[in-house]
Amino acid sequence: MYSEKVMDHFNNPRNTGEIPDADGVGTVGNPTCGDLMTMYIKVKENRIEDIKFKTFGCGAAIATSSMTTELAKGKTLKEAMKITRASVAESLGGLPKVKLHCSNLAADALHAAIKDYEEKKKK
Amino acid sequence: MVIDNKRQIYVDHSAGRPVDSRVIDLMLPYFKKSYGNPSSLHRFGQEAKQALDNSRENIAKLINAEKSETIIFTSGATESNNLAIKGMAIRNRKKGNKILTSAVEHMSVVNSCKSLMRQGFQTTFSPVDSRGLLDIAKLEENIDEQTKLVSIVYANGEVGTIQPINKISQIVHKKGAYLHVDATAVCGQIPVDVQKDEIDMMTISSNDMYGPKGVGALYLKESLRIDPLIHGGGQERGLRSGTENVSSIVGFGSAAEFTRLGMKSESKRLVKIRDNLIGGLIDPIPYAFLNGHPIKRLPDNVSVRFNFIEGESILLSLAMSGVFASSGSACTAKTLQPSHALLAMGLKHEEAHGSLMITLGRQTTQSDADYIKEIIPNIIERLRDMSPLTPKELKK
Repeated sequence: MYSEKVMDHFNNPRNTGEIPDADGVGTVGNPTCGDLMTMYIKVKENRIEDIKFKTFGCGAAIATSSMTTELAKGKTLKEAMKITRASVAESLGGLPKVKLHCSNLAADALHAAIKDYEEKKKK
Repeated sequence: MVIDNKRQIYVDHSAGRPVDSRVIDLMLPYFKKSYGNPSSLHRFGQEAKQALDNSRENIAKLINAEKSETIIFTSGATESNNLAIKGMAIRNRKKGNKILTSAVEHMSVVNSCKSLMRQGFQTTFSPVDSRGLLDIAKLEENIDEQTKLVSIVYANGEVGTIQPINKISQIVHKKGAYLHVDATAVCGQIPVDVQKDEIDMMTISSNDMYGPKGVGALYLKESLRIDPLIHGGGQERGLRSGTENVSSIVGFGSAAEFTRLGMKSESKRLVKIRDNLIGGLIDPIPYAFLNGHPIKRLPDNVSVRFNFIEGESILLSLAMSGVFASSGSACTAKTLQPSHALLAMGLKHEEAHGSLMITLGRQTTQSDADYIKEIIPNIIERLRDMSPLTPKELKK
């Protein structure tokens, strides 16, 4: 049901954990629906220097979280905002149809973390 | 921990079982040799008819039915549930349009009732307690004069809790309604007696007794009449037209006989493994719980839940270690809804998401259970480490 790449990211997820002094934090989803994820970013000179995630959810939720962190690491904030649910799914070699919406929230969590960083900077 | 890459442990028996090889041998002649139509009067037809009669007798014996003619062959438990509920409700429409069922039924019961609701029937889903047992007082309260049919699952295969059918039957009959029992998960695991328990209709499945899939039966008390779903040449007391699936019915009948003969010792063996496995999963792991009743429980059913994580992730991790099980999580369901049976017992959505269903079978050994007990704690710990819901005290 899942591609080899999804299973690889599920088995060996990259960048799991928290960043205690994160510059931006974004949480999306709802445990009632079965998916909840939080992204933590550390920003230096407008680039995502470090990124980590925590996810409650199915295999697809964990794999998309892991892939999103891999795609975002080292990118400028502007570039990272261009990472979409579709590009994450594509990088994983596709996702089962039923999982495309419910479990593919990681790009949204990344965008939320970037927005959180920008809000904090304004203050 | 040593992960054995060659080991394959199938513990999803409530979803599907292998067919007993003795059963397959007995089925084979009915494909190439005795292939006649049981309705034909010549020798080929009569051979097939004799085979149907033998199967009917074997199944009647398993459930202590008064006569073998009470057994109506269908395409499986789903059809039997549809036939019993729609057939009885429609037949008695003028006497009353209410159906009573429970909150822990199989979808074939739930959706048969919903289909009738679109035709003007009313359905009440009677509640269960936190261990999955029907609230008997509520059940009695919910049956009124308009209620002509009560349909109750003998034991829900996801949760494992066995309902007090004898007590339920007394109440239903006292109130003047008919009782249908969905015994899909139960027949062949514990003794069932339709006469002693005064069951009017009962659903029986072949594959749940290691017979072939695609065949089942409805027990219908000899004196009762219901409407058919499938019309045609009048086979099966006029309740299930169409040429009988002779080879599968032969398999079903022989599976019932083998199961009856081995039931006592096999159930005893499974209960021992079951209780060992339940203890081995919930005792050492914090925030791990049993779903359903600890004692009034199907011998093959281990249904547990682990808080803060999601079931599909557990299944994928188990499958990588060669263990094949099932979950009540929405993420494993076609409908993306968590198991309604788990929710009916008062679990929150996120708790139901973390459920794991292990159903044992004839091939399951204590060594399989030991292997599962050995690999699960690490799987749970790894997923909890990744989860934002896990409380701090559980983290490394």
